[in-house]
Amino acid sequence: MKTYIKYLFVASAAFFASCEVDFDEPITDEGFYSTGEANMSSFVAVGNSLTAGYADGALYITGQENSYPNILANQFALAGGGEFTQPLVDDNLGGLLLSGNQIAENRFVLAVDANGNPGPARLSGTPTTDVANGLASPFNNMGIPGAKSFHLVAPGYGDVNGVLTGTANPYYARIATSGSATVIGDATSLNPSFFSLWIGNNDILSYATSGGSGVDQTGNLDPSTYGPNDITDPNVFASVFSQEVEALAAGGSGGVVLNIPDVTSIPYFTTVPVNSIPLDAATAEALNANFALYNDLVLPGLVSFGVITAEEAAMRTVSFSEGLGNAPIIVDTDLTDVTTILQGPPANLPPDVAALLGQLRQANANDLIVLPAASVLGTQVGDDPTAINGVSVPLANQFVLTATEQARVAAAGAAYNAAIQNIAAANDIAFVDARSALAQVANGGVMSDGVMLTNEFVTGGAFSLDGVHPTPRGYAYTANLIIDAINSKYGANIPNVDIGTFGTVTLSND
Amino acid sequence: MKKLLIFAVFALTAAVTYAGGYRVSLQGQKSLAMGHTGVAVVNSAELVFFNPAGMVYLENKLNISAGVSGVFSDVKFQNSEFGYSAETDSPVGTPFYLYASYKATDWLAFGLGVYTPYGSTVEYPTDWAGSHLVNNIELAAIFVQPTVSVKLFDELSIGGGPIYVSGSVNFNRNLNRTLTDLDGNRANVTVDASGVNAWGYTIGAMFTPTDKIKIGFNYRSEIILDAEGGEADFENIPNSPLTPFADTTFDASLPLPAELTVGFSYEFCEKWLFAFDFNRAFWDVYNSLDIDFADPNIPDSFNRRNYKNASIYRFGLQYEATSKFTLRAGYYFDESPVQDGFFAPETPRNDSNGYTAGLTFNLSDRFQIDASFLYLRFKEVDASYDFYFENGVAVPFGGTYKSSSFIPGLGISYRL
Repeated sequence: MKTYIKYLFVASAAFFASCEVDFDEPITDEGFYSTGEANMSSFVAVGNSLTAGYADGALYITGQENSYPNILANQFALAGGGEFTQPLVDDNLGGLLLSGNQIAENRFVLAVDANGNPGPARLSGTPTTDVANGLASPFNNMGIPGAKSFHLVAPGYGDVNGVLTGTANPYYARIATSGSATVIGDATSLNPSFFSLWIGNNDILSYATSGGSGVDQTGNLDPSTYGPNDITDPNVFASVFSQEVEALAAGGSGGVVLNIPDVTSIPYFTTVPVNSIPLDAATAEALNANFALYNDLVLPGLVSFGVITAEEAAMRTVSFSEGLGNAPIIVDTDLTDVTTILQGPPANLPPDVAALLGQLRQANANDLIVLPAASVLGTQVGDDPTAINGVSVPLANQFVLTATEQARVAAAGAAYNAAIQNIAAANDIAFVDARSALAQVANGGVMSDGVMLTNEFVTGGAFSLDGVHPTPRGYAYTANLIIDAINSKYGANIPNVDIGTFGTVTLSND
Repeated sequence: MKKLLIFAVFALTAAVTYAGGYRVSLQGQKSLAMGHTGVAVVNSAELVFFNPAGMVYLENKLNISAGVSGVFSDVKFQNSEFGYSAETDSPVGTPFYLYASYKATDWLAFGLGVYTPYGSTVEYPTDWAGSHLVNNIELAAIFVQPTVSVKLFDELSIGGGPIYVSGSVNFNRNLNRTLTDLDGNRANVTVDASGVNAWGYTIGAMFTPTDKIKIGFNYRSEIILDAEGGEADFENIPNSPLTPFADTTFDASLPLPAELTVGFSYEFCEKWLFAFDFNRAFWDVYNSLDIDFADPNIPDSFNRRNYKNASIYRFGLQYEATSKFTLRAGYYFDESPVQDGFFAPETPRNDSNGYTAGLTFNLSDRFQIDASFLYLRFKEVDASYDFYFENGVAVPFGGTYKSSSFIPGLGISYRL
């Protein structure tokens, strides 16, 4: 009898022992995933707004949580990567305060207006993140919204006293270890075992988003003389980029750099069509009558006097027609300025008319109208019902990126990208062709994990409501590109993320 | 000694019970210890459930059996493509039973059973990778079954009775893979319905061609639990006309499938009994889990299940070791009703092997303690649910699942 019981217990024990459930190959086992030759124990990401997780025109907590470096760090952690810290802001509103005064607006959300039409709107509420309450600490995510290439090595860029005067950056001032610290200095103080660097976008983007309001500084090697919307000289870019890579790579196991996407393929430039002004027959006729003198006498006269070419005259000819497809009149600062000439004989135009026509032309298919123009085009200026933006009042320079301006952006961007690829090769680190990846999104879209990514504003899934920065899903797509590059360069086996599980635009009527 | 060895080997390969879908086969410790066989075994009031026809063959005037099991189940999930891993943290389930049979005359017996043959409690970590399919589910049903058993001839009896069911369900999942409120909290819905009542029946027959052999048949009817006016609670919904989710009521139906059992038992070498049961569960009734929300602005939820009918093969052995102890062991093979591409994490059931053992200790002539345990082992399986749609696009969710359940049980029997 006792023996039976004993056997039963033995049998029971056997059952208990085999009760432990585990997979044949648990992915949580050490060695299932690997970072290869890369060491992810201290991963530091350096860059601009894209690295920070900025989206919807603001930096807010959930956006930061979906920054591509944070997504990367989560995947690295599956392969033994270390802790990753981010300078999380204090709320999900996204606005910034400087000593209690608001200096940056809240984020955009997708709201529905009184007529039931969805569109971006600023989220209401008082932000709580005060730049003056400095964290004074380096973080693994050193993405500084607004930073250009040379800013990362500029002392004083994090001096809170320079924020209002424009010499410092509020996002960096919030975390800089001192007023004279540099972003690269703070980043390297973490002794990165691996780094990512994505910088240079703003070196052309601010020029582009401002409709070419700045100056192309190609040839000027002193960035301290640059304005905020200027294009950085490619040699300056190459020099600081190389310096930054070398600083970040020192003592680490490697890194990854990304090149600069074609900024003109983002929704900020592709959403507002160039010819979207509706006119009835009477208005079109009246407008054409107003411009008849200019088209038929002034322009041919300027050509005959050799002031402008026949080509420029053709470009400057203004013509409206009945229907929906009229292009706005714009100020193009690359046209010959004829203001003074028009005031003299034989035209003898009054100064205000001469000024209006000085650099005037009608937009054409080669121009890009920026997203903020959507709320300006066709609206009335002041109290005068005949003063209509784009129709009787030219659209200001800041709303149009002309073909000439696009060419400057493209030339600088290509030079930066050549430098990035060369420096990546010279330092033997991984390289991500973000430009080609975005081109794919912009030209037909990318299908992945049951979702489609296009550059369509609001609905495309890739871009947030500011039309410039990615959505969490767009950042996740970016993270996958980086993971693929690391896997390939360093013999790592780090899993991708499922981009379909990352959100796009946020809905709210708050 | 040889017998001992045979027993030990048998115990090691022997079986337990916990059937496919959300069926929980734990309806008696004596039977469970023998692989949950019992359609042709006459040894206790457990017959109320296993085969009402057999009650009339019980020797005692009054038989009562009651018991409870502790279901310790564990489901692990991983997806190596994206590095997902999750493990359920389900509370211990406690299915129970209470049976009584009373022999009024030599040819007539009455019985009553209260038991819980369906149920499922699965809790995944909130917002896990499959949270758009399920975060947690709790399904419970209590069956109450008055029963009568009539001996038609010495060799043949029949029995049966109506079944009254009271069920409840509580189910939470995220609305989709991405929707959150402003602070990033995932939008989710909890549907809750309780006091859902329905009726069914059981009928059985038992044929005893010799005093060593019994043959049993039992059919339990399909029961559809219609939840009407249950509560649907939506949480973390963004404040936007574009997300028309607000708390409402819902209707849904959950089928408890019909089940047919045939089997036999054979007594040999005086103290040994062998039993075999074959179950066929008619799961094909579970085609889709549809949740019809009362609010017309909220899209109804259609969740294809497409279960197939499934069989279970049960083997049990009993040995009356001494006057004090009876030892039991069993095995069963439980075929999953879940078809390829329909593997939903709320009932992560693939084919399983059940190993059971147990014993009865006679405290006195009247009282017995019944103990059993079941170890249910599932093969590691790569499976997916391919019928989840977002914006009309199918988004399969899958990976590798591995489940197991360890289920000890204790019961008491009383004879008069």
